[in-house]
Amino acid sequence: MATVKYTKDHEWIRVEGDVATVGITDYAQTQLGDVVYVELPELGRRVEQGKEAAVVESVKAASEVYAPISGEVLAVNDALSGEPGKVNADPMGEGWFLKLRIGDAKQLDGLMDEAAYNAFVEGLH
Amino acid sequence: MRYLPLTDNDRRAMLGAIGADTVEALFRDVPRSVWLERPLDLPRAMGEIEVERALTRLAAKNVPLSSVPSFLGCGVYRHHVPAAVDHLIQRGEFLTSYTPYQPEVSQGTLQSMFEFQTQVALITAMDVANASMYDGATACAEAVMMANRLTRRKKAILAGDLHPHYRETTATYARFGDFTVVERPANPTAEDDLAALVDGETASVVVQNPGVFGHVRDLTALAEACHRGGALLIVVVTEAVSLGLVKPPGEMGADIVAAEGQSLGNAPSFGGPHLGLFAAREKFVRQMPGRLVGETVDADGRRGYVLTLSTREQHIRREKATSNICTNSGLCALAFTIHLALLGEAGFTRLAALNHARAVALADRLAALPGVKVLTDRFFNELTIRLPRPAAAVVETLAGRGLLAGVPASRLWPERRDLADLLILAATELTTEEDIAALAAGLGAVLQ
Amino acid sequence: MSEWSKALSGFARDAAAEATISGNRGLRLEDPLLFEQDEPGRCGVDLPEPPAADRLGALRREGPIGLPGLSEPQVVRHYMRASQKNYGIDMGLYPLGSCTMKHNPRLNEKLARLPGFADIHPLQPQSTVTGALELIDTLARWLKELTGMPAVAMSPAAGAHGELCGMMCIRAAIEARGERRQRVLVPESAHGTNPATAAACGYAVDPIPANARGRVDLAALKAKLGPDVAAIMLTNPNTCGLFEDEILAIAEAVHAAGAFFYCDGANFNALVGRVRPGDLGIDCMHLNLHKTFSTPHGGGGPGSGPVVLAASLAPFAPLPWLVHDGAGCRLVEQAAGPAAQAIGRIKGFHGQMGMFVRALAYIVSHGSDGLRQLSGDAVLNANYLLARLGDLLTASYPGPCMHEVLFDDRFLRDSGGVTTLDFAKALVDEGFHPMTMYFPLVVHGALLMEPTESESKASLDRFIEVVRGLAERAKAGGAASFHAAPRFTPRRRLDETAAARKPVLRWRKPGVTPREAAE
Repeated sequence: MATVKYTKDHEWIRVEGDVATVGITDYAQTQLGDVVYVELPELGRRVEQGKEAAVVESVKAASEVYAPISGEVLAVNDALSGEPGKVNADPMGEGWFLKLRIGDAKQLDGLMDEAAYNAFVEGLH
Repeated sequence: MRYLPLTDNDRRAMLGAIGADTVEALFRDVPRSVWLERPLDLPRAMGEIEVERALTRLAAKNVPLSSVPSFLGCGVYRHHVPAAVDHLIQRGEFLTSYTPYQPEVSQGTLQSMFEFQTQVALITAMDVANASMYDGATACAEAVMMANRLTRRKKAILAGDLHPHYRETTATYARFGDFTVVERPANPTAEDDLAALVDGETASVVVQNPGVFGHVRDLTALAEACHRGGALLIVVVTEAVSLGLVKPPGEMGADIVAAEGQSLGNAPSFGGPHLGLFAAREKFVRQMPGRLVGETVDADGRRGYVLTLSTREQHIRREKATSNICTNSGLCALAFTIHLALLGEAGFTRLAALNHARAVALADRLAALPGVKVLTDRFFNELTIRLPRPAAAVVETLAGRGLLAGVPASRLWPERRDLADLLILAATELTTEEDIAALAAGLGAVLQ
Repeated sequence: MSEWSKALSGFARDAAAEATISGNRGLRLEDPLLFEQDEPGRCGVDLPEPPAADRLGALRREGPIGLPGLSEPQVVRHYMRASQKNYGIDMGLYPLGSCTMKHNPRLNEKLARLPGFADIHPLQPQSTVTGALELIDTLARWLKELTGMPAVAMSPAAGAHGELCGMMCIRAAIEARGERRQRVLVPESAHGTNPATAAACGYAVDPIPANARGRVDLAALKAKLGPDVAAIMLTNPNTCGLFEDEILAIAEAVHAAGAFFYCDGANFNALVGRVRPGDLGIDCMHLNLHKTFSTPHGGGGPGSGPVVLAASLAPFAPLPWLVHDGAGCRLVEQAAGPAAQAIGRIKGFHGQMGMFVRALAYIVSHGSDGLRQLSGDAVLNANYLLARLGDLLTASYPGPCMHEVLFDDRFLRDSGGVTTLDFAKALVDEGFHPMTMYFPLVVHGALLMEPTESESKASLDRFIEVVRGLAERAKAGGAASFHAAPRFTPRRRLDETAAARKPVLRWRKPGVTPREAAE
């Protein structure tokens, strides 16, 4: 059963066993506008919690995507190079960015669940 | 004051609307202690008549290139600019417009820059070009930094016949950008084995073709050596007209081209403003510095143009930008593109052939002078000769006799005593038989 | 639904009703690209047949280049038609904040084209260009006088280049002291070139927040100062159009921490002839000759960005130096003698001579009194906009402002979805170039207006009337008309998303695939 958690920087992380899928939330994609390009990390790269793992660009902005937890990059969503709009159309599904092998599962504890994240987004306005 | 439309009545009425007594009241956030209470040490205001008189007097103290036989090159060239170019760039819609950030009211600029980008890509035989940089020297430095980003390495090898100003500019950027440059010594008579210097730390090799002494070389083998070593080949071109006759960098394996565009559309202007041309392979486009214009459609489905890939740039990416550059060389690029539009394929190739023919005539005439040795055998429109004595003094004497004979190597390499006898000369389509004859006679007389 | 689709649905598809056969509309004339008008062999320049000559052998270019051939009348028509699709300051108010779109005097164009200035080579013997050297020296002297600084580097090609030059000098000065400092402090409201420049010089950028009054938070700044701070980069007046009234205290704190004070001179138009930045404690500042000193913006350049320097930074100024002594003016092109610590070259040759001529002519056309009048009018005009618009639009900070005034999009909150962008596009339909949008980043939906001193009261009144009308329309629920704007321009809103997703950066012959670079 997959658990989904969220960060204050509007990344989501879906955990299945020791593999996690990472993307940006619907709120993030709305703020960004039409995504035009995604810069993804190399396979095998070690990313650290809270540090830059990818970059997402819209016409008017470029945003860092931070790794919600530390881990090793197992896969990246190559489909995004031809169709970056998937991030806007389906941010939690087909718009995923990368998959990580989880380093330390305890790092998930500090992240928000869906209810907490929704409340956090409400509070931003 | 002819440039200030407000009248005293206006000012009074406006102050009334604002609710302030004086204009000075609007400056109340400025600490009183720094208000300037005395007039500055500047001339009083002048009307057009006086301004024109004063500046014409200053201009008259300079010797224009077209007033005497002149053979100066080394990065700035005297070419004919068709009269239409200067008229068109002075249209207020081009001259007084800003960067095209509001594309609906800037299609003139955007379309012209799209055409410019296409022309630059064609003449360099590269995939993509940007909308210009400040000049060739800064374009060279930016090319080196781009290669660093792409290869994740930090060393650039600068060929010995790279123009010293380009080398020095790149070295300055390296010092503060924390990367290194290997500056190969200038050698006008022997070719440097740059391929042998490429190692696992080399990000780029920078060569100039034609080189600063005029040599034209085949860079294919060097390009292959760079690529085998994981490095990029950057080719610098200081004389854009050479691309009409010489094999272009893109056909010899160049990854990035950094060039000077002054030769087309732009006067020498004592060294500025000029324009940097910047072109690269398609796959490198997201690491390119500078503005890029892209094609798109508008809401009615009509073709139009916009600035694009802007997230590379400072106004969005800020400290992570590919460069800090903001302004490009807009009007100079427009002059370039209009001139090249007038020339077209037939005109550009013919212009280049003319330049080469004049330079060959010059070389043959100089070779016949006793004591003079021509050092460049394969060249476009620039060549180097060795005199029997230091060239700087010869040039100075000839200047006093109404001849601008070229650039003495000591001007560019003051620290190299061994190059002091060298003189670098350029010929263009404006160089006449009489010019060459006058130079030969003058040189002959001085060297006796 | 993508943003582009949303925008499209807001547009009235009335194209069919207004179609003409040619696609032209009265004086608004379309033209294909140059490449689409090619006729092989055709040429717009008559050149003599070159004699056969070949010193290139196998290095001759083979194969066609691909440049199109047109005659002179066609080229002239092409660019005339293109120019009609542009807006320039010559045509109307161009209130771009921090850009200083003032009138570009045509006298300056005439003088820059004198052969004695335009037709001289930078490497001619210096004895043959004494007038040029004298001109640069005179301008340098006046820039120092206007700013109250003892030295100036003339060579930077533009403002951002000047920033780079200044930061390089600062880093060199710190290294000469034997210190190593890693951080540069930059206000959140700063222009993007500031942090980009600091990063290009190898510094980490540390942002300083603004206080509630829109100025640099002095306490926050002091808290961030330390032995590892190399410099602060401040704009004054700042990008919110406000004078940093604590600047003397800021300068003191910065210097006490052993750091340097870089000032971005983009907004000097508010102060010229009235305040000298040198008296405020700055150590270096770039000037934008294409802003304060009227050299034309040219559709994006060229600029010129001389940097005035304090005595502590003067030894590090880039080459070449222009030295004026008993023997006259001459260029020093080597790092030796007094120039031994110069940071080296930052571009080819000596600087933007063409812009020097224009700026010099501009300065003497005003004189000391005229420049003072100029800055007064610039500030008066901006405050007039604030006074006459402040009730309908939301000014971000209370007045007085300096030469530019900042509004934000709070006044559009109840407009049913009219954004700053939409407001700007509606302004375009009214025949005005919009103000700067979405900058500075410290307020939401910024609208930054800088009228400059070149606007008459009548011109401002017309602008005010239109802006008020649009603001009222927005508040009254006219959102649809804003989303459809602009309707009357040569092109309507353009699909920037598509342009960025699938970049087409050059024309290609239809049917020809781009050469694939070897991977």
